Amino acid sequence: MSLQFSIWLIVGLTFALYIGIAIWSRASSTNEFYVAGKGVHPIANGMATAADWMSAASFISMAGIISFLGYDGSVYLMGWTGGYVLLALLLAPYLRKFGKFTVPAFIGDRYYSNTARTVAVFCALIVSFTYIAGQMRGVGVVFSRYLEVDINSGVFIGMGIVLFYAILGGMKGITYTQVAQYCVLIFAFMVPAIFISIEMTNNPIPQLGFGSVGSDGVYLLDKLNGLHQELGFSQYTSGSKSKLDIFFITAALMIGTAGLPHVIVRFFTVKKVSDARKSAGWALLFIAILYTTAPAIAVFARTNLIETVSEKNYNDMPSWFKKWEDTGLLEFNDKNNDQIIQYNGNETINELTIDRDIMVLANPEIAQLPNWVIALLAAGALAAALSTAAGLLLVISSSVSHDLIKRIVKPDISEKGELIVARFSAFFAVLLAGYFGINPPDFVAATVALAFGLAAASFFPAIVLGIFYKRMNKEGAISGMVIGILLMLFYMTKFKFGWFGGGDSSDWWFGISPEGFGTVAMIVNFIVSITISNLTKEPPKEIIDLVENIRLPNDTDD
Amino acid sequence: MKSIKSKDYWRNNLKYLIILLSIWFTVSFGFGVILVDQLNTIQFFGFKLGFWFAQQGSIYVFVILIFVYIYLMNRLDKNFRSSK
Repeated sequence: MSLQFSIWLIVGLTFALYIGIAIWSRASSTNEFYVAGKGVHPIANGMATAADWMSAASFISMAGIISFLGYDGSVYLMGWTGGYVLLALLLAPYLRKFGKFTVPAFIGDRYYSNTARTVAVFCALIVSFTYIAGQMRGVGVVFSRYLEVDINSGVFIGMGIVLFYAILGGMKGITYTQVAQYCVLIFAFMVPAIFISIEMTNNPIPQLGFGSVGSDGVYLLDKLNGLHQELGFSQYTSGSKSKLDIFFITAALMIGTAGLPHVIVRFFTVKKVSDARKSAGWALLFIAILYTTAPAIAVFARTNLIETVSEKNYNDMPSWFKKWEDTGLLEFNDKNNDQIIQYNGNETINELTIDRDIMVLANPEIAQLPNWVIALLAAGALAAALSTAAGLLLVISSSVSHDLIKRIVKPDISEKGELIVARFSAFFAVLLAGYFGINPPDFVAATVALAFGLAAASFFPAIVLGIFYKRMNKEGAISGMVIGILLMLFYMTKFKFGWFGGGDSSDWWFGISPEGFGTVAMIVNFIVSITISNLTKEPPKEIIDLVENIRLPNDTDD
Repeated sequence: MKSIKSKDYWRNNLKYLIILLSIWFTVSFGFGVILVDQLNTIQFFGFKLGFWFAQQGSIYVFVILIFVYIYLMNRLDKNFRSSK
């Protein structure tokens, strides 16, 4: 079977499966559309959360980024898993006990204010759009490489598919599609990793493999450190970012994870409070399988790449090299005209530029794995991007149709009318996301990383204080959210897009990068919220009762 | 544990949170970031220990922490219900 045929076959089969599930589980009520009728089993919800969570960035970019950053890449590993501990311990059970459909609904009710609700809707929209842009881009990259269409057409095809099952099935359709997508993506991620691990270290478990010895009897990591030193890169296991920045980025990603509306909303779909805790545990377990494998792939890919290209003749390069050159993601510039590839940490003599995003996608080809493995990887990457995009679309559409239209603009809207509005807003959200996918602000993971800063700076303090601090009132929450998100937006646009005078890394406040700044904005949010709250009047008695109620588990069911 | 009232329930819950979150902080920010250079002087199979915590160990501990919390809270819920 030719490679192209295998890819079309496997991608086609998985798409047919998703569409089949979407038709079988289409939503007929708002309860089903928003929270899947609150009847999802905790393990199924764990898988769906994992698929929802693991985006194009996790699947395509993360191992590649770690591969280039070495130790510094740990921020993504710890950051994108550690947040689940916060979610399981501080948020999920209480929000499930509260028992509404969306995050803005919690904020609006807990802070007895439609202003708070509206602010929360806008925060949810900003966070979700920042995030979804990266997903559509990921879809485009995969389509362009594997199905040989250009990136923009890839984005359009992706938009069409997400639209189909998000609009038809709502949360119910998305949840069961995501269960299937989790299976596809984890299988696709693990198979090449296991093959390569066996090839390089004789150990079938990648997590152990990258701490083992290679065929030459040297520990793989020691060998890679040696190669890095030789070629003028900084040591793989040490990295080069400042400790303070590593700390702040990790914290921003963790807290952002716990504040992302499309993740939180997943815990509204289970039957009971105890199930919300359980599904957070399962979700993290399913996520950890990929996240502990990614750093192993990073090491395998990095070693393989250096050994394949460094100081080799350009004309002897294997076919994958030429293929990726065609997409523009790999570039060889023969500065000294000797036909030999000098790959070096020193920019003036380095001749090879590699886009981080291709490391995972090209890895099976670099390791010379069979065609069906490469095809599987394409299907897995698409599953990761589509499942996350669908989850985000749902947050966008429910924020608009439920929190904005139903609760604020037109409270007397019928359930049928609300469903139509929900489907329409999903439609417009896809169009907008597609626009961002075609005109992305940065490469996939960086776009996504900023969404975490925004979520950390806006939602996390308002939700945590709403549960753990009874005295917290609407004045405090609203000013905290507004100041938090504006501060983060200011810093992000200043240093990423050059607005407000721009600046480079030497101008960063306290040396903290835009990715890590979410932590600072979150601390500011906490301080503002608590101060303002104590200067203004207490929340009413029924709100104190509500808080006391969500702290207790006495749900016999529902 | 004997049967308990709502106040005790919440106090117990907070106690679990503080203990588990301290461990959460220690393995990630402690071992993986702040103390990483010191731990990197220790070899752990083919890994430097600090690097291993940052890219592997902390994640395993996170998973265990949530399942411990699930176990503790289910036990607490049961005691709380039987007291009513």
